[in-house]
Amino acid sequence: MSRYVSFRDFDWLLLVFVLLICALGITEIRSATMHTKFAGAHIKQMYWVAAGVGMMFVMSLVNYQVLLDRIHWFYIASLVSLMAVLIFGQKYLGARRWIKMPGANHFQPSEWVKLILILSVAKYFADLRHQELSWPDFVKAGAMVGVPMLMVLAQPDLGTALTYVPIAVMGVFLGGMQWKQGLLIVLLATLGIGAVFFIPRVHVLKSYQKQRLTSFIDPTLDPQGSGYQVEQSKIAVGSGGLWGGKGSQTHGAFLPVPQTDFIFAAFSEEHGFVGALGVLLLYFIVLMRLTQNAQTAPDRAGTFVVMGVVAVLSFHILVNVGMVVGFMPVTGIPLPLMSYGGSSVLFMFLALGMVMNVRMRRFVN
Amino acid sequence: MFGRDEKVSAIRLTVAQYIILAIFLILAYGLWRLQVMQSDLYSSLAEKNRIRNVPILAPRGKIFDREGRIIVDNYPSFSALLLRDSSHDLNADADLIAEGLHLDPNEVRARIRRFASMPQYQPIFLKEDITPDELAFIDAHRNELPELDTIMAHRRLYPRNGFMAHVIGYVGEVTEDMLNQPQFELYSPGDVVGISGVERQYNTMLMGKNGARQEVVNSHGRTVGLLGETDAVPGKQLKLTLDIDLQIAAEEALDGKNGAVVAMDPRTGEILAMVSRPAFDPQSFSVRVSRDQWNKLVSDENHPLLNKAIQAQLAPGSTFKIIMATAGLQEGIAQDLHVNCTGGGTFYGRYFKCWIAARHQTHGAVDIVKGIYQSCDVFFYTLGEKLGIDRIAKWATALGMGQKTGIDLPQEVNGVMPSEEWKIKKFKQKWFAGETISVSIGQGAIAATPIQMARAFGAIASGGRLVRPHVTNPTDLPPGVIQASNVPDEVTIPIDPRNWEIITDAMAQVVSPVGTAAASAIKGIDMAGKTGSAQTVSNMLKSKMSASEKSKYKDNGWFVGVEPRRNPEIVVCALFEEGEHGSEAAHVAAKVIQAYVEKQRRLPTKMAKNNGKAEIGAVWTAPDTDGEEQRLQAGHFFVDMPKESIAALVAAPGIR
Repeated sequence: MSRYVSFRDFDWLLLVFVLLICALGITEIRSATMHTKFAGAHIKQMYWVAAGVGMMFVMSLVNYQVLLDRIHWFYIASLVSLMAVLIFGQKYLGARRWIKMPGANHFQPSEWVKLILILSVAKYFADLRHQELSWPDFVKAGAMVGVPMLMVLAQPDLGTALTYVPIAVMGVFLGGMQWKQGLLIVLLATLGIGAVFFIPRVHVLKSYQKQRLTSFIDPTLDPQGSGYQVEQSKIAVGSGGLWGGKGSQTHGAFLPVPQTDFIFAAFSEEHGFVGALGVLLLYFIVLMRLTQNAQTAPDRAGTFVVMGVVAVLSFHILVNVGMVVGFMPVTGIPLPLMSYGGSSVLFMFLALGMVMNVRMRRFVN
Repeated sequence: MFGRDEKVSAIRLTVAQYIILAIFLILAYGLWRLQVMQSDLYSSLAEKNRIRNVPILAPRGKIFDREGRIIVDNYPSFSALLLRDSSHDLNADADLIAEGLHLDPNEVRARIRRFASMPQYQPIFLKEDITPDELAFIDAHRNELPELDTIMAHRRLYPRNGFMAHVIGYVGEVTEDMLNQPQFELYSPGDVVGISGVERQYNTMLMGKNGARQEVVNSHGRTVGLLGETDAVPGKQLKLTLDIDLQIAAEEALDGKNGAVVAMDPRTGEILAMVSRPAFDPQSFSVRVSRDQWNKLVSDENHPLLNKAIQAQLAPGSTFKIIMATAGLQEGIAQDLHVNCTGGGTFYGRYFKCWIAARHQTHGAVDIVKGIYQSCDVFFYTLGEKLGIDRIAKWATALGMGQKTGIDLPQEVNGVMPSEEWKIKKFKQKWFAGETISVSIGQGAIAATPIQMARAFGAIASGGRLVRPHVTNPTDLPPGVIQASNVPDEVTIPIDPRNWEIITDAMAQVVSPVGTAAASAIKGIDMAGKTGSAQTVSNMLKSKMSASEKSKYKDNGWFVGVEPRRNPEIVVCALFEEGEHGSEAAHVAAKVIQAYVEKQRRLPTKMAKNNGKAEIGAVWTAPDTDGEEQRLQAGHFFVDMPKESIAALVAAPGIR
């Protein structure tokens, strides 16, 4: 099978929008960390973005179909790495999420597992030929995502574990989900949320998680805890008004971690409704462009890969911006492309590299 | 590989796009709601976040004595504050904070909880009057514990060793109970208010008004700018009618004893000295008092927190005989009453002993004068029998028994003056005539406070002028502050001048060689008074007791004295708990009177202020009313006098 691959088919427009979002993120990181001990983080973020773009190009060159053929090995490797975290991981703030790597860098396997899961789910559903998803396949797909998810939950890292859910849901939905299965997913989601909200003594959740969720229901219950964070975030966003304000919430350090989880709040405070809506629009354009790429993918697997990235990106935006405007509890999920942090940036660009990979092979016969 | 015909359902991809669109619309609505619809609310919240109100504590007003000498002062002291608008987890830091400030971590957490309802920008007072090493701890932990801050406050500096403690009272943090009461509704938790004494009575004028500084801060509570400042309004100073010199004399006279001393100017009602023993140290209350310390004070059977001068309700014993004499003479019975004291008498079928019987003696023939200076019980039993309880109650009530004197100190008690009506009201029982006999010598159901006795004696010796006692002069108070009391400032009870002379002369004989307080006579001072030894348990009960039990219930000694005997300048009531006999209390009162007189004699005269009218106190001998016997007379007069002569007058010894 001859393959013609060219960077002429690379989605340069998508890259422009993505880099625009990154640039806005970097300026906001600079503004939010000025005069704090994190000052200079925006420079580091620039390096991360540059490295991410490089990795994206590398990723786009590796044929995703080759990756998919060997995906079961990657899947096993990801389970092993998650197990390693649970056993050897560095404990930090009560959670075991990182493996210390030589060169003093901390490696968080749960991020790259996300990527493997996108590919695994894509491979699994691409191989199914049925119009309708059978129940055994439904359960198998659920287990494929569920096992690593439980392992991440055990770290404990509720936020990252939750980001695995949309991968499975998107796969099931596009893989021919029956309406009963859809109902079951809705039911499970309702049960999960209900358990968290109404049974405060659920032992699955760590106390900080319960606190994060309960304080979401009534922020005044825990003014100094995560309820305080949501409240400060709402104040930051609200005081931004239509055109943006002086940013006392961000610069007075009332807004917690304004360079990572709450970067959108910091941005909204300084640039107002107009600026925040502009950023949302950029994200929307990126997502629409991605789905367009999914539609033109050369095969089922390609569509599933791209839509898996869409699912993860959409979910991150929903949960992060939802938290910033007070619709969602504090889960510690960053805003992709804008939030400061190497793992998050590298994951996004690797995922985009995979999308490019799919796109560049769209005319291959 | 699958071909193009096996592509993923296009409809589902479109549905996914619409779901994403829906998500973005919801998020956009979220932004719209906060940034456009509620922008003003959140802008004001952001302002509040940014601004911290730091209280500038107003110093309480100082307290002075009648001559302007300072009694209660303030000193600068540092308090530890907990700022809650920092993003630190206060409960997590509570242990470190508690350790550094030597507090109980649970108490710290309890305070954080208690103040949860207060606005965030208001700091919590953690510990007052911190030591230098605690101050150093806070300074050293500025980075680890940014929520800890200090504030300088003026704190009360009280006299040492409980001097004047009961009159002054003490201050403390306003309690939750108090905040629920209407008169404290303007206060907020953490405010320091007067809890007892004048600190409480005149709290509103002493307290002042806290100022505030609006600081621009960041979330770590670090001040980055100043927006505005309202100055604190210091509390107004309070001048008492008490005289430090006399107070010292009274404190020393009662030293080592339990009881109370009140010295009052019966002409005005000004309290010159007031002591209650045992005392407490108000300084220990000026900072938060520990629970142990408090429990110890409350459970002490000698009641150190009680101001016995106005709060001890005890049988007045024989001092009540002066009120009996007034009633008896005014009712026209006592003048001609002659009783033969054989050491006791039978009244209403029961035998009542005279105190002299314990010495295996009798008083023999007794009239009203001897009845007073020898304190003959039989005479007063007989008088009481003839008067009946209601006539006794009428005069005693007129002289202020069984009711508050209206002194401007909190928590004064009523005392009890029994009558037929009182007994029916209180016990739904008829009055037994036999009870009158006990009341006649100040025993039984009757109970009085030292201030009531001082006031009544002052009135009798002043010819019937009953004044309301007070520790501050209304003229010394700022406008708006009034001594709220429903007791009139002055009432005149008509007492016949002849009766007045009989009583006051008999009182003077109490401290003469024939009287019950002969040893308390002071040469050159015209003191008059009456002793009292009041049983704390009834004779019947006492007879059943063992010797050791008996020693536990010793009699209370009373003495109420005036100087000079008629129109006195000072009346002193001394209560010496378990003092066995009134003559002991008389020593206490005599020391106070002596201190008063000696001070007056040293002082330059106060005459000049009366527009050339000189006030002269004098002692002289003159024929008695029946014109036969020369008797010592005393009194004081207002004399018109040219200013030049005043200096000469001062020089005369014995006259002020």
